Amino acid sequence: MGHFKKKRGKAKPEVSTASLPDIIFMLLFFFMVVTVLRDGERKVKVVVPEATQLQKLEQKSLVNHIWIGRPIEKFQALYGTKPRIQLGDKFASEHDIPLFLEQHKIKVPEPQRPQITSSLKVDGEVTMGIVTDVKTILRKSGQLKVNYSARPQQQQTRR
Amino acid sequence: MARTSSRDRMKNEINAGSMADIAFLLLIFFLVTTTIDVDKGITVKLPPWSDVPPEIQQLKSRNVFSVLANAQDQLLVRGELTDIGDLRERAKEFIANPMRREDLSTDPKNAIISLKNDRGTSYKQYLSVYNELKAAYDELWDEECQRLYGIPYSDDLPTAYKRAIKEKIPMVLSEAEPTDFGAEN
Repeated sequence: MGHFKKKRGKAKPEVSTASLPDIIFMLLFFFMVVTVLRDGERKVKVVVPEATQLQKLEQKSLVNHIWIGRPIEKFQALYGTKPRIQLGDKFASEHDIPLFLEQHKIKVPEPQRPQITSSLKVDGEVTMGIVTDVKTILRKSGQLKVNYSARPQQQQTRR
Repeated sequence: MARTSSRDRMKNEINAGSMADIAFLLLIFFLVTTTIDVDKGITVKLPPWSDVPPEIQQLKSRNVFSVLANAQDQLLVRGELTDIGDLRERAKEFIANPMRREDLSTDPKNAIISLKNDRGTSYKQYLSVYNELKAAYDELWDEECQRLYGIPYSDDLPTAYKRAIKEKIPMVLSEAEPTDFGAEN
């Protein structure tokens, strides 16, 4: 009896919050590593098609993105509804692609340059005409590694 | 008396309670500015550009699996209208030719898939055709890998294994220049 009484009298325990910052920092670092910084504003509407044979793109620094889609509503008065290319955060034509590739390339250390991949984020509704033009330009500029961006298929429809 | 109190003050630690707030602030900043989308897609290697037109190679027609996708998103596989759902099976049968049929490829090494589309073909259709053809090869590689090494095919496979498999069943997919049908507005 006395034993219990003694304990109750002495202990007024508080949970130590000293490790809270550490926990939060851990979360923070997790998010910093896992996520990509949102790069600029999307000016074209892109809903990539679904596919099953997907490969993950490793090493974000070795990837440049080319967006192809119709301008979003805000820009339709200015740029029309024809599919357009977006490089970085602005509209571009296919003639700007070689310069864009070069600008990305100089930021990559020399030995890794052959591994640079172009990620084509193309809207599913866009026709192949503009995509073919972009592909031709990429081939002409020697950027042969290309990734057609796609979403994983929601449910298996086959078999 | 004064001396002891001063030593007590020295022992006091910086209040770390606000650290959590600062960290939270940073955390929320990163949460807002970032996207968690993982970049996934179908990786392809484009053929290098050459200004000279390529030599016309005469191929046995049994070794060529031609796929045409037109501006109406219809598929013509070896001259017959085909549904996208059947494409994978047909491509697999053509490449492997397990029944040794006269009209399918002589050997997986000689099999060539020729893909052609119009400028008006939708990208969605193009990619699903490409996906099915890639899937046909992936499944064949997987079967071959199971047969040879007893493990499923994956990208983490030792390079030697992968090379051995791809030597037996190389993926040859040739894309023709598209025709101008249905070019957009």
